[in-house]
Amino acid sequence: MHTEAAATPNLAHHFPSLEQQEHAARLGMWLFLATEILLFTVLFTAYAVYRFLFPAGFEGASQLAHVAIGATNTVVLITSSLTVALAIHCARQGRSRATVALLAVTIAFGAAFMVLKGFEYYHHFADGQLPGKYYHYAGLKGPGVSMYFTLYFLMTGLHGLHVLVGMGVLTWIAIRAAREEFSPSYSTPVELAGLYWHLVDLIWIFLFPLFYLL
Amino acid sequence: MPPSPPSEAVYNTPNYLNAEAGLRSWLTTRDHKRIAIMYLVLTVSAFALGGVFALLIRLELLTPGPTIMDAATYNRMFTLHGVVMIFLFMIPAIPGIFGNFLLPLMLGAQDVAFPRINLLTVYLYLLGAVIAVWGMVQGGTDTGWTFYTPYSTTTVTTVAPVLLGAFIIGMSSILTGVNFIVTTHTLRAPGLTWMRLPLFVWAIYATSIIQILATPVLGMTLLLVAVEKVFGFGIFDPVRGGDPILFQHLFWFYSHPAVYIMVLPAMAVVSEVVQAFARKNIFGYKAVAFSSLGIAFVGFFVWGHHLFTSGQSTFASGIFGVLSMFVGIFTAIKVFNWTATLYKGAIHVAAPFVYFLGFLYFLMFGGLTGIALSTVSLDVHWQDTYFVVAHFHFIMVGATIMAFLSALHYWWPKMFGRMYSERWALAAAVLVILGFNATFIPQFLLGNMGMPRRYYSYPEQFWPLNVASTAGASLLAFGFLIVLLYLVTSLVNGRVAGPNPWGSRGYEWNTPSPPNAQNFPETPVITGSAHDYQDELAGEVARAH
Amino acid sequence: MNELNELMRNLLWLPPQASEYARSVDHLHFFVFLVAQLGAWAVVVTTLVFIVRYRRRRLLQSTEHVEPRAIHEVVFIGLPLVLFLVWFAIGFPQYVTLQTPPKDARDVYVLAKKWMWKFAYPGGPNSTDVLRVPAGRPVRLLLTSRDVIHSFFVPALRLKQDVLPGRYTQTWFKATEPGRYQIFCAEYCGLGHSSMLGEVVVMPAEEFDAWMERERLSNHPAAQDEQPVASEDVDPRSSLLEQGRRVAVLQGCFKCHSVDGSQHIGPTWLDLYNAKVKLETGKTVVADEAYLTRSMMEPNADIVAGYKAVMPTFQGKLSAPEAAAIVEFIKSLRTDAPSPAPQKGPIYAPIPAK
Repeated sequence: MHTEAAATPNLAHHFPSLEQQEHAARLGMWLFLATEILLFTVLFTAYAVYRFLFPAGFEGASQLAHVAIGATNTVVLITSSLTVALAIHCARQGRSRATVALLAVTIAFGAAFMVLKGFEYYHHFADGQLPGKYYHYAGLKGPGVSMYFTLYFLMTGLHGLHVLVGMGVLTWIAIRAAREEFSPSYSTPVELAGLYWHLVDLIWIFLFPLFYLL
Repeated sequence: MPPSPPSEAVYNTPNYLNAEAGLRSWLTTRDHKRIAIMYLVLTVSAFALGGVFALLIRLELLTPGPTIMDAATYNRMFTLHGVVMIFLFMIPAIPGIFGNFLLPLMLGAQDVAFPRINLLTVYLYLLGAVIAVWGMVQGGTDTGWTFYTPYSTTTVTTVAPVLLGAFIIGMSSILTGVNFIVTTHTLRAPGLTWMRLPLFVWAIYATSIIQILATPVLGMTLLLVAVEKVFGFGIFDPVRGGDPILFQHLFWFYSHPAVYIMVLPAMAVVSEVVQAFARKNIFGYKAVAFSSLGIAFVGFFVWGHHLFTSGQSTFASGIFGVLSMFVGIFTAIKVFNWTATLYKGAIHVAAPFVYFLGFLYFLMFGGLTGIALSTVSLDVHWQDTYFVVAHFHFIMVGATIMAFLSALHYWWPKMFGRMYSERWALAAAVLVILGFNATFIPQFLLGNMGMPRRYYSYPEQFWPLNVASTAGASLLAFGFLIVLLYLVTSLVNGRVAGPNPWGSRGYEWNTPSPPNAQNFPETPVITGSAHDYQDELAGEVARAH
Repeated sequence: MNELNELMRNLLWLPPQASEYARSVDHLHFFVFLVAQLGAWAVVVTTLVFIVRYRRRRLLQSTEHVEPRAIHEVVFIGLPLVLFLVWFAIGFPQYVTLQTPPKDARDVYVLAKKWMWKFAYPGGPNSTDVLRVPAGRPVRLLLTSRDVIHSFFVPALRLKQDVLPGRYTQTWFKATEPGRYQIFCAEYCGLGHSSMLGEVVVMPAEEFDAWMERERLSNHPAAQDEQPVASEDVDPRSSLLEQGRRVAVLQGCFKCHSVDGSQHIGPTWLDLYNAKVKLETGKTVVADEAYLTRSMMEPNADIVAGYKAVMPTFQGKLSAPEAAAIVEFIKSLRTDAPSPAPQKGPIYAPIPAK
């Protein structure tokens, strides 16, 4: 027992084996991701209800979305999912420098996403396309239009918050990777962070068509 | 009978309570047993606070007009009572205390899967509780715990802090659920198959599923109300095209499963208690185990029975009504199986068992009033009257709190190594059960008469029943107080319990009472189901009263 | 049968059954109650019998391992399920009936606002807090709210319908027994929630028709929210004071303001005129005609200290003469005021419309 503990310094006292601990960590992460999906489900439900109630208003308002920026952001996030998956692959092979580099690229893509989002928000602000009672864009009026923007800002805002959190988590994992904490026998934290990032990407893949294409 | 060892002995032998001394060792502990004790202190304090609000409400309702407070204060009082009782006691108590203490012991594990996250849940609970209570008191929140829009978004009172507090407590609930599910999946001792799991674990597992799936929905919904109140975005405001009924749907999508988060752990407790005190295996293990999952699953599809009079479509009301009947069937299955467990048993009537009986009867009567409400036409009369108040108090107080008291008495010797006075316990149980009946049966009748809830003043015809209910509440409060007193004094004066005073064969009784800081010197190997009392066991010892 | 109905109704503390629908709902109630009691007490008795029969005789007594047979669980599940579904099969059609007003129902518009009920008959009068209906004829209620969600609840009719802002909900009933029945608000709506009471007055059909005719002749029918027409609402038969009192009753002022000095949701009108009032900003003002009028039109401008900003505006609901009449009425409410002198002078009766 002592030698096993020495060989696996990451094994917690209450887990009989590293394998079981990693299984538990993964299961825990998947359950947590399920709760995040349910968090967003409330907003998707609200979107569905109000789109059903105000089809014309939503259609008109979605013409005001910046499809080019949205599409670029989609490509950015999908690519970042690729880079984080590659980072996990490298971590599993024990290649720390490559892991750190790929994580850094992922974080950079996240930052690019936020910057592009920032431009989008700025344009909407400037045009007066704001949520609820603050909406004052003269170019489009009617029932449901301000509701569209309420949901747009709430959903992309919450998503953006998750992107920032994801970037923070990836930064921390990158620091640990730089300290050579990961190896072929222990790379679970990289996997878990990658899972979270994939969820952030997945949510965007649903948001994009709802607000930009439909 | 061997002589009892001197009472200091329990504190001379090393156990989880005295393993490390000092406040800091408690505040930074990762031991699930210490975390359970912290939940015990915090949730019972919350219960006392919520109870004080209840007594003040009942005092005010002693006369038809103003009695001891004005309308504004009364409206804040029932909001405080509801929020504190539901979010700070009913939802966290049994999982936080008994789930935490017992799950690893019952699974043969050294701790839960994520001990540090477990500690985090205690701090999230505390932070959320402080913010919520402070927010309600400071802001004069008067919306009731249901925060219906547009009242909550247009009232002059403040709601944002209490919503934030509830969100934070929700995070505590979610993380507890994640922890318990992962623990059950990954830390079972060798030989402990799913079909040998204690029924307590099945029910806590089902509770955890609801916790992780439903709570995020409430969190987001409350966040939307706060955002609307503070920024005026208008998601639920008809003036901006919003729909106030959407709030009700989203709110009850969580809050109905939430009542199963409250009652399933109570059922978890009772499954253990009935087997231990009848000294018999449960009548239908699979039925009881799977009906917990059934409640968790079907419980997600019945929320619309809170909206029968809201203007929702007749079709929707029909679906929700029928499904509510089905959810009642799962409870009926359990009631029959618990009762049948007594058949050919060897029943010992002690305080935990008396509370089990209270639980069973009040669950039955209260549950049947729930079925009556689901017939839809009856609900049209009863909705938002004292009938509904009596119905849910029968389940929440009559059933769940009886189960809580049953758990407290059954596992008191396990947690603290001491026995309480059985005489005082039986007397208090009688007071609690009588007081409970006297408080809430009049409320069924008030509901039939048509007295609406959340009423500060009422017409004189409701006066006598209100007086009866207040008298009952005083008796009930007195009963709870006596329980608190003899339990606390037992920590100092109580007889040393020995490892297994009940002679129970639940897995958790295979450890010392109180257990050591390290649960098991070696991982146990499980060879059979827990509550199997067919054969006499060599060396089995029980200290009876 | 009727005695049994009355016996059960009294046993369960139920209000009178003012309609056939209420009666049939009660019959379901009695059925559910009796069967539920039977089943539940059967379980109670069974447990008590078991506790005695199978009490523990030895400390560590062993017990037989009992396994259920499939039939047990089938009965445990099947019997209650059938029972529950029978109850549902009776109750749900009753609910459907409630949601389906008959085509010949007479409409009444209901406006709920904090904290009063306003009723309007299309082509007929308005009233506050009192709903008059004919016995034996179906009445459909079309309900909406001016502010937050309320709920229109008449226990004697076993009737309840939430009232929402921004849309109309509907319900209907056919009252059979003449009488006066309580209306409650059943959805929490703030300070005045428990005082938002009203009354359904069920009149024999001919009496109702006669009343409706009288109302049509004496008042100009006005929709609830229509701009009040200046001179026509002021009845020349009574003094300005009396008119002010009438308008105050109609507009529901006494929900929040008392005339006898007692504390309520708003400041009492007794001795209010020309009193020095302390505002919540700390300033002190004199409650003169201007202040009183402004309070009716912009109530949240100068709130009296210690009161909440809950008074609705009456802009557009009170014409200038009506507001003036209320002010005159308030002026008359002095503890040292002489009792009003009896009306002298000519009384002009309006010419009845043909």
